[in-house]
Amino acid sequence: MVLEGAVSAASLCYCTRGMAISRRTFLKASVGGAVGLSALGFDLAPVHAAVRQLKIRNAREYKTVCPYCAVGCGTIAYTHGSGGLNTTSTVIHVEGDPDNPINGGTLCPKGASQMQLAISPRLRKSPMYRAAGANEWQEVDWDFAMDWFARKFKESRDNTFMERDAQGRTVNRTNGIAWVGSATVANEDAYLITKTMRAMGLTYIDHQARV
Amino acid sequence: MASLAATFGRGAMTNHWKDIKNADVVLVMGANPAENHPCGFKWALEARDENNATLVTIDPRFTRTSAVADKHMQIRPGSDIAVLGGLIRHMLANDLYHADYVREHTNASFLVSGDFGFEDGLFSGFDEAASAYDKTSWSYQRDAAGFVRRDMTLQDPQCAFQLLKTHYERYTPAMVARIAGCTEEKFLEMADIICSTGRADRVGTIMYAVGWTMHTVGSQIIRTAAIIQLLLGNIGRPGGGVNALRGHANVQGATDHAIVAEMLPGYMKVPTPAQTTLREYLDASTPTPLVADTVNYGGNSPKFFVSQMKAWFGDHATAANEFGYQYLAKQDGDATWLSIWDKVRQGDIEGFISLGFNSLLAGPDVPRLLESMSKLKWKVVIDPFLLDSAEFWRVPGMNPAEVQTEVMYMPTTHWIERDGSFTNSGRWVQWKEKAIDAPDGVRSDTYVLSELFWRVKELYLQDGEDAVYNEPIQNLTWDYLNPREPTLTELAKEINGYDRATGRLLSSFGELRDDGGTSAGNWIYTGSYTEAGNMMARRGTDDPTGLGMHHDWAFSWPLNRRVLYTRASADAEGRPWDSTRPGIAWNGSRWIGDVADYGATTPPGGPGAFIMTEEGVARLFSNHLVDGPFSEHYEPVESPTTNALHESVAVNPILNWYDGVRETLAAEGDDFPYACTIYRVVEHEHFVTRNVPLLVEAMPDFFVEVPEGLAALKGIENGGRARVWSKRGEVEGVAIVTKRIKPLLVNGQTVWTVGIPVHWGFVGITQGSMANLLTPYIGDANTRCPEFKAFLVNIERAEPRTT
Repeated sequence: MVLEGAVSAASLCYCTRGMAISRRTFLKASVGGAVGLSALGFDLAPVHAAVRQLKIRNAREYKTVCPYCAVGCGTIAYTHGSGGLNTTSTVIHVEGDPDNPINGGTLCPKGASQMQLAISPRLRKSPMYRAAGANEWQEVDWDFAMDWFARKFKESRDNTFMERDAQGRTVNRTNGIAWVGSATVANEDAYLITKTMRAMGLTYIDHQARV
Repeated sequence: MASLAATFGRGAMTNHWKDIKNADVVLVMGANPAENHPCGFKWALEARDENNATLVTIDPRFTRTSAVADKHMQIRPGSDIAVLGGLIRHMLANDLYHADYVREHTNASFLVSGDFGFEDGLFSGFDEAASAYDKTSWSYQRDAAGFVRRDMTLQDPQCAFQLLKTHYERYTPAMVARIAGCTEEKFLEMADIICSTGRADRVGTIMYAVGWTMHTVGSQIIRTAAIIQLLLGNIGRPGGGVNALRGHANVQGATDHAIVAEMLPGYMKVPTPAQTTLREYLDASTPTPLVADTVNYGGNSPKFFVSQMKAWFGDHATAANEFGYQYLAKQDGDATWLSIWDKVRQGDIEGFISLGFNSLLAGPDVPRLLESMSKLKWKVVIDPFLLDSAEFWRVPGMNPAEVQTEVMYMPTTHWIERDGSFTNSGRWVQWKEKAIDAPDGVRSDTYVLSELFWRVKELYLQDGEDAVYNEPIQNLTWDYLNPREPTLTELAKEINGYDRATGRLLSSFGELRDDGGTSAGNWIYTGSYTEAGNMMARRGTDDPTGLGMHHDWAFSWPLNRRVLYTRASADAEGRPWDSTRPGIAWNGSRWIGDVADYGATTPPGGPGAFIMTEEGVARLFSNHLVDGPFSEHYEPVESPTTNALHESVAVNPILNWYDGVRETLAAEGDDFPYACTIYRVVEHEHFVTRNVPLLVEAMPDFFVEVPEGLAALKGIENGGRARVWSKRGEVEGVAIVTKRIKPLLVNGQTVWTVGIPVHWGFVGITQGSMANLLTPYIGDANTRCPEFKAFLVNIERAEPRTT
């Protein structure tokens, strides 16, 4: 039963042809084979089962979507961590979601290595400011960063805001600020970007679809 | 996508990934999905292996897709319209088109004004001074009632079908070979395969990507493909379509939600200064029917627009204030990527915000981009990784002291630390779960936007009466439980929309009203989050049709329809063209199969199949693009040859030439004899994969792909180094001497093509030349998508690195 659960959670379905061979079937066959081959006088199956369950023991499963191209492959992210207060979960494995009709559990080299993107040590953890003409960054806190951003934004909006054009028509726009991106954020954030920036009066708004 | 809307009514991939398995012929052109969309591409292999489909590629390179194709034809970069135009001529000359479909579902029978014409590379109405067409003559003949005159026999010389035939008559196999560099025999072999689907019992699909969009004629390349698929009767049908393979996880969704210069959510148009009132805006953006008895679904635009304004401004959007219409900025002229950077260059734009976007490496013409970027007063870069775009002030060779731009970098969450939905290329909107918390010090994009909003709003309140106009900011609806960081579920519901009187989540955009009684942030997503729950999170795997539609998996806009233009999958009586692959079918009382686009119980025989056009049918002749109602072959702005069809009009005559760009192009007497094209490999997703060790290890170095014969001429060795330069910049890297690109005989001369991968920069685990140092600052006449895919270079052997 343990084996069933473990393999089911991690199963990869190579089901792009008429005959589907899932990893579950494959492992059942190989475990059976191990029993048959055992000449040691004891059953090896539990040993194999123990090896198989190590990777996802205590792991939580989250159904997500690959962050790279627009095929939209379903993935399962496995995380370790109790999920309790003051604890930190981390991703231990990501693989294709066998139930997803688009990719049926398969992933390309990028998708298969996405865990290295998810928890990369290269991910930054602090805002940074670069002054005019400076050679280096300086770390700043979020309050400083957002205050600076809001003031710069408002200053440029104030400098360039146009209520009426030369012909006296109401235009209510600022052409002094541009926003680009992103094709990598969720729909809900994309919507909020448009809603907020259009309300601010921006018209220079674009994203990766153009380039 | 502009050309798909111009032809069919909607600008999106017509079918979806799994549907490709239903095809009999798969044409891959302007794309390399085996490399760039591997898990989607397996449905093309499924078609090949399980459906006995023929898979063909047409490309400047023998790609990894070509490697598993039945047939491949090599062409010169930028010659796509010549090849596709040749296909149109071939199917018309040899009666290979699907005549019943063409008569029933296209505007073939529509009569066009006698003033329309085409001569020496120019359509009627060309205004040289304005560098634009006056489209008056590109219009239909009308009867007394104002409806279009038609000739159902398709014999009238002014009907769209006859005009089409005349226009493409020049694209003979000999002309195709002369322009594209293929042989006539090879072209005819490909043409017979592709045109074999022009009958009811066969269906073919076309897969394309940025290999088509990134040209000065990009929109018209896609228009030509759309015409081909209409003539073959392949639109609206399972296994058919013109399928745009998009590059980023949510590039479709970001477009749907209009982080786009010319659009509001749901493909509504941004208002212009000339539209001084809501009424004028709605009149200009609401199409009127061109034939009697047509659905003309766009006639509902006022309901969609007013509902969006209610979502944004709530009780502050009323009939008395034109539902907040004056709150929206009115843009003059183009506001897309190239124009933005041109305005920065002129010093008009002070501040620039770049979120999840490497705005330096994206190009084109990185030297020009750097010059412009350094003129910004401030730049904000919001991204999980520190990237070239944030560090442009220390590009190697640049003196930071001379760059007066202040830069703020903010680290934000990425996909796995947030829930929310991604819309894939095939319009499937899939909800994803959050797997882990963001580390301390990292905030969400939602937080950054919300903080910016609140802080700016509060600063304006402090200004009191002297404040610059800020009414829309004060009145923007922001009633989220945590206003400093709304949940994505709250936003998903706002996008879906409500009945404002009852608070009920709507289940269809058919419920939207123009009186302010409903709200919907984006009408095409209405139905994605209903009272029944989050439709985007559904995980039902049933596929009762066996065609891969999976209606219980996630949500597909519009209204969970899996293939667009479903009505066209059936004939006049509502019988599927092919009963083994039905889209929808009329059972006597209702449509069954996919979600009908036509009204579930509207009987066949009435309105036309293409509900999003004023014609009720799809457009072979279309006046919706700026550079012609039909496509025409024009050379890239940098071309190794003359235009064989009309030498005096070599390039697209109505391109927008930004200041100083002509001087950055190869001119007569310059020594740039080789064509060059830019592409990607499977290990790379644009630039971000430079942060992934496994992928860097697999594809560590910038390289230059050099054809064998050219390498021999230049003394370049496989594994040695090569330098490539254009009029704009130069790159250097490992030379890969290849058989994948052959020399072509174009217009009587030999043309060599060099290939360059886009990926590298000066930040990341691996560094290397920026491909976009080479590319020209010029865009498509309609979309201003830059011409990354065809330009001129020179090449020489470079010496091994000493370090």
